[in-house]
This record gives sequence, C-alpha cells and structure tokens, in this order.
Amino acid sequence: MNGRLIALIALALLAFAPHGNAADTPFKIGYLEWSEDPRYREERVKAQYPLQPWGRPVSGAEQAIQETKFAGAALKLQFSLEKRSAADAAGLADVVKQLAAQGVSYFIVDADGAVLADLAKRTASLPVALLNISAADDDLRGTQCQSRLLHVIPDYAMLTDALAQYLVLRRWSNVLVLRGPDPGDADLANAWARSAKRFGVKIVDTRPFKLGNDPRERELNNLALLTGNRDYDAVFVADTDGEFARSVPYQTAKPRPVIGAAGLVADGWHWSWERDGARQLNNRLIKAAGRPVTSYDWAAWMAVKSVVEAVVRSSSPDFKKSYAYLRGGDIVLDGFKGFRMGYRPWDGQLRQPILLNTGNWAIALAPIEGFLDAKNNLDTLGFDAKETACRNGVSQ
Amino acid sequence: MKSKLSAIQAAFLTLPLLASAPAWAGKLYVSSEKDGIVSVFDSTTLALKSKIRTGDKPRDMAFSPDHKKLYVACGDGNAINIIDVAQDKVIGKLDAGTDPERFVFSPDGKTLWATNEETAKVTAVDLASGKQVAAVEVGEEPEGILITPDGKTVYATSEVANIVHVIDSATHALRANVAVGNRPRRLALSPDGSELWVSNELSGSVSLVDTHKNEVRGEIKFLPKGFRPEDVTPVGIIMTRDGSTAYVTLGRANHVARVDVKSHTVKDYLLTGNRPWGIALSPDEKTLYVTNGQSDDMAVIDTASFKIRKAVPTGRAPYTVAVFE
Repeated sequence: MNGRLIALIALALLAFAPHGNAADTPFKIGYLEWSEDPRYREERVKAQYPLQPWGRPVSGAEQAIQETKFAGAALKLQFSLEKRSAADAAGLADVVKQLAAQGVSYFIVDADGAVLADLAKRTASLPVALLNISAADDDLRGTQCQSRLLHVIPDYAMLTDALAQYLVLRRWSNVLVLRGPDPGDADLANAWARSAKRFGVKIVDTRPFKLGNDPRERELNNLALLTGNRDYDAVFVADTDGEFARSVPYQTAKPRPVIGAAGLVADGWHWSWERDGARQLNNRLIKAAGRPVTSYDWAAWMAVKSVVEAVVRSSSPDFKKSYAYLRGGDIVLDGFKGFRMGYRPWDGQLRQPILLNTGNWAIALAPIEGFLDAKNNLDTLGFDAKETACRNGVSQ
Repeated sequence: MKSKLSAIQAAFLTLPLLASAPAWAGKLYVSSEKDGIVSVFDSTTLALKSKIRTGDKPRDMAFSPDHKKLYVACGDGNAINIIDVAQDKVIGKLDAGTDPERFVFSPDGKTLWATNEETAKVTAVDLASGKQVAAVEVGEEPEGILITPDGKTVYATSEVANIVHVIDSATHALRANVAVGNRPRRLALSPDGSELWVSNELSGSVSLVDTHKNEVRGEIKFLPKGFRPEDVTPVGIIMTRDGSTAYVTLGRANHVARVDVKSHTVKDYLLTGNRPWGIALSPDEKTLYVTNGQSDDMAVIDTASFKIRKAVPTGRAPYTVAVFE
C-alpha cells in the first residue's frame, strides 16, 4: 500500500516535473570568456581588490539558468549556457559565427573593453546581441558604442556619479585625486572629473601616482607626499588595478576618507547587500561561486535573467521579437536593488541603482534621495539621453 | 441648505464615536522584524500592552483555526514560534522547513502550509505530529501562499520565476504554473473562488487570475498622484468578506489603494507612512491596519471615511498585523 502510494506520487511528480522534459526545445545562450584576461590571474583574484573580479563570474550565469526552469516551462523551452573561450577577439568572433549558424543569438561576454569593442565590430553584421558583463569603460557606451551591444555592468560614469551624489549629501565638497599610470586609470579619473563638475564637487588637485619604492620617485609613490600640503575633504583614488589603492586608507597626510578604488567604493553589487530581497540572491550566488561575490557575478546572473525575461515575455524564441522587447520600454527587470531596470535606448546600458560599499557593508544606495531626473531618477547616474556620445547604438 | 446642515450634524455625531470606541474589542499583534519582537496592542485604546520576545526576524503571523494560538514565522530561527494568546507567551516551536516565509492553515486545521524562501519549496506540516508531510519544489523565492476554503488547492507565488504555482493539496502535485507580473508577492481570493488577485511588486500592478482556466484575465495598475510607475511597489493585499472592496499597500509609493473589486477600478489612495507593506482588517471591517516598514509605525484607518485615525509606533520594521477578537 505504502509502496503503491509512493509510486503514484512519483508518477504524479514526473508528469508535472517542470524541468528536464525531453519534449522541451533547448534555448542556448552563448557565454564567452577571453582566456588571456589578466584580471583573472591567480594572485589578483586572491587579493580581492574592490572594483575587480574575485573569480570568473560564470557561476552567476549558471545560477540564473538554474532559476529558469519554471519560466521556460510555459514556452516549452529549456535554457542552457553554451560556454566557450578564445585567446583574442578574432577567436571569440569565430565562436560567435559558429554558434550563430546553429541558431544561438545571445552572447554573454566576459572580456575587457578593448577585446569587447573589437569583438563587437567583428560580429556587427550577424543577427546576434552581445551582453557585456565585465567592461566598465565609458567609451564602450559612447564613441565606441555598437548597436546590439548591451551593458549589464555599470560604467565608470555611473559609479562616479553615485559617489559624487553621496559626497554632496555629506557636504564633502573638496576632493584630492590620485591618478594611476594605466590608460584605464585616466578613464576613471576623467569619469570622476565629469561627475565632480556635474554635481558641484571641487577637485583641489590631481596628482599622478606610481606603484613602487624608488626613492628618486618619492613624489609619485610616497603617500605622505602625495596627500600632503593641501587640505581636502576626501581623496579619490583612480586605480583600475587595485594594488596601490588598497594602501591609501589610513595613510593620508590628513585624516580624511578615501573613495574611488578603496575606502568608500561605488559598485554595481556587494556581497553584504540585503535589502530588496538581496540577501536570498546573495546566498545563492555565494553558494554557487564558493566565495564572496562582486558586481561581475551579479552581472553574469543579470545577463541571463535579461535574456530569459525578454524571451518569456515576448512569448517567442524568435530573436527579432525578443530583442525588440529587451530594448523596449515595457521590460521590467528585477536586479534585487529595489528599482525596476531596463536598457537605455540611447546606448544599451542597463539602468540600475549603484551601491556605495565599505569593506563589509553597503552603506547607501544611489540615486541618493533628492537627485531627480525629469523622466527616471536612475538616469541621474551615468550618461543620459542628452549627454550620450553614442550615435549608432539606438537601432534594433 | 437643509441637507448641508444635517450633514454637518451627522459628522459631529459620528466624530466622537470614531475617535473613541471601535465596535469591537480585542488585541492587535504586530511583528517587528528587526527587533525579534511581537508587540501586543489594545484594539480600543491602541495602547501597547506587552512585548513578546520571539525568534529572530518574526514576519508572517496567523491564528490557529481554534484562535487559541498565534503562529509566527521567524526567518532566521528556521522555525515557526507558537504564542499562547491567553498568556501572550511563546509556548513552543514548529519546524516548517528552512526559512519559512509565509504560511496558512488548511481549513480543517490539521495542516500548515508554508513557503520556504531559501530552498524554493512549499512545505506542508501535520500539526498533530509536527512532521513534514510534503515538500513541493517551486520557483525561486516562494513568498505569498493561500489555500482555498475547500482546502483542495494551494496557491504560492515565486518572486523570481514570476509565477503563481497551483498545487493540489492532496497529491502535492503542481497542477499549473501561471505566469503573472514581476516579483509577485501576495495573494487574495474572491469569495466565490473564481478570481485570484496577485500583487506584483515590480510591475506596480495586481494580476487577476481566472482560477478555472488558470490564466491571467486582467490587470489593475496603480499610480497615486505625483508618483512614477517605478515608485509603485504593491505588496499587501486584502479583500472584504463580501468581495466588494480590496485594499492594496503600495510600498515605495507610501499609499494604500482602495479598489472596487467588481469593476476592477481604483477608487482612492491614502497616504499611510513610509513603505506600507502589511495589511489587516478588523472583524467588523470598519478599521484597516497598515504597517509601514520604514517608518516603524502602523496606520489605523477608518474604512468608512478612508482616513487615518491614528499612527501607532510599533518597533523596528513592522511586518504583519494580526487581529484578535
């Protein structure tokens, strides 16, 4: 009797099982990694610099796939990841061509800005969309923008706007900038200069720094000298590597907070964020990654969610229909940051709130209350429709 | 002129009544998520009577069908605390799976059905033995749960899958998965059982589900004056017993909406406080209680005039109001 009951229940469960149904059509999402990406070198990942990835974010995308079983069931679609890697943009473009020929139309890309821009150019004529999860370069959303290139990860301008709003709230109005030698550092410093101007924060000085101990370059590597002989309310460190930035807090000549790449860091996500249901998402992402997670992991998760939401709500696996929905104004994406999100029509950037993180806590969420936009307050962060330098990203 | 006078006279006559004594006497229980406390208020004077220490993160609450016990889902304690209503003390705990979020009792009072947020399950617990009798796999972050008056069907929302699961309470099988709006939170059922209301926190709407066809037949959008669609985040939802009126709390929009059920139209909005989430009606349905999650208070609303009678401090992050007659 008991056995029969169990058999009956097992049968019932099988009949209604939402996943693994043989009749379901597979819907593959491409997931591309640039294998030579220096950001994932072992010692860098271990250092866990703020603003940098703490490991490959693919586990976030895999977690999101896990969460699609019921969403896909109604359309009899089974979502999965097709994970590939290549050593350069040409190799990645070949993968896109191959998979596109098999009907794959969405590709999540984990590569830096230069490789991604190159890849987008090489695949521009294909009926595919690329979702950027790890390149924050403002240029990719501006002069380098491409149609069908979407950005899940926030750009530098959004991060620095969030910081500037917070500084205005605190009335820390004078900032010293330390700028590193990499081209990326200059980009970050430029983003900060734009935000400072936009929100009325004054930059008292911008000083170049260089990592090292060479006594002949003391004015570049000695923190007491770098932060001395001026007063300021905060020090902004423009460091896209992270090694220099981590030693700045508590070593400034004046007892002032450090912001930017250390201290108070604006970012798309934080493992401690728990409002808006984020605690549950963080639990899942951390478990999947086997380590604390960053905005890169969240972006990989969000990229899959974006594609699935577009496919499910447009009720169609057809690329044209789902992509039109993905770029349209009706989409409601839930990124566990309280606001509904969608992609900006003018440059393909995911509009989203930005967290202001200390080491182990997200202390605030931007847009900071009181910063208003005529249409959507999330557009107080980053390039709005008027400011964008993107001229060819609008098309579908 | 005459009618105007009599209206004013009528107002004077009813005012003292409104201000002093509601037509029922009992207790109000308010769980405050961040304090680990359930506060008990006198329903007439609205004075704080006592504070009951519970497990961490007390959230959803419901009375046992015999009304002798109040069950409190405690998120961090992985247990449902049981409060004896006569002494207002925790007298026991019930294991209802990992991180029970919300729960309901079967109409026969034998089974408790709960959503388990962390493990993406809906579990059923036999109250006599305290044993789990079912664990149904559902979409990520299940939240709202409702059982039909005949006890045959359990509805549960998945906040991440954007689905209402229709569960057969006897076989524990999923009868249907209905795609609704984004981040579906709570549920209400029309008295005849034909229409299920689902609050969609991120879509700023309520989905109306035809329970015979198990498909969405319509939608109600909310937009109080001066707010943008993205600021409207409906969560709490309650319907009057006759099924004529529904009340929906609008979260970030700081208002509660009054909806005419038959015509599916919003009749009125009322400003209640910061992030209204929890909602309950008095037994005579003359008073509506709304907890404001981020202003740490509860709005006590007269339903006839649809005006706030009093704002009562509640402790940090008030979640649910349970009304005891």
